[in-house]
Amino acid sequence: MSNEEIINKLKPIITTYAPVSDALDNLNEESDFIKDLNINSANLVDIILDVEEEFGITIDNTSMEKMLTVSASIEVIKEKLSEK
Amino acid sequence: MVKLTTKQIIDLLPYSKPFLFVDELEKINEDGVTGSFTFDPQLDFYKGHFKGNPVTPGVILTETMAQIGVVCLGVFLLSAEENEFNGQVAMTSSNVEFLRPVFPGEKVTVIAEKIYFRFNKLKCKITMQNEAGVKVCYGELAGMFIRKANG
Repeated sequence: MSNEEIINKLKPIITTYAPVSDALDNLNEESDFIKDLNINSANLVDIILDVEEEFGITIDNTSMEKMLTVSASIEVIKEKLSEK
Repeated sequence: MVKLTTKQIIDLLPYSKPFLFVDELEKINEDGVTGSFTFDPQLDFYKGHFKGNPVTPGVILTETMAQIGVVCLGVFLLSAEENEFNGQVAMTSSNVEFLRPVFPGEKVTVIAEKIYFRFNKLKCKITMQNEAGVKVCYGELAGMFIRKANG
C-alpha cells in the first residue's frame, strides 16, 4: 500500500477525533497529532484502535508510543502490514 | 500481579472526603464493576444546588459514575497487570443522559461494563440506578491512567 493510499484511509479516522482546524484541512505526512491537530492522548488511543480495525493489524505498546505524527503512523502501519 | 480486595481498591483511590463518591463495591471483575454510594444530606453543594430545593448536581452524578465505573475498575485492572496502582488518573470524556433527580440521602448503585482497556485508557458503558432499581442516568465515560515510574 502506498503512503498516499494509507493517508487516504487515515484521514477520515483522524477527522472523527480532531477538532476542526486548518491543520486538519491540510493534513500531510508532517502533521503532528498533538501539536498540529490538537488531539489529546485519550483520542489518540481511539485513533489507534480504529487504525487496527481499518488495516486489520494489531499495534503493541512500543509501536503506539511512536505514532505521534502521520509519517510515523504510516511507518508503523507498513511494518505491521508486512508482518501479516 | 496483585488481586485486590474491594476494600483495598477503595483505599487506593486518589480521593478523600468530601470528594470521595464510593462507599462499597459489590462486585468487580475484568469485565466490569458494581458499586454504591449514599449522598450525605450534609454535603456542601446541597446548600446552593438549588436554593431551598436540594438536588444532587449532574456533575456530581457523573463524577460518581466515573469514580466507581472507571477509576475503581481501572485500579483493579492495572493492579492485576502489574503492581498496586498508585499513579494518576484523568477523566477524558463523558457523555451522560440524566433521567431522574437524586435527592439528599439517596443511595445509588453504579453498574459499569468495560468497552475496552487499551494503552492505559479505560472506556465503560455505565448506568446509575436508585434504591428502587430505577435508572437515573446512563452514558459512556473514559479515563486515562498515568503510571508512576517505579510505581
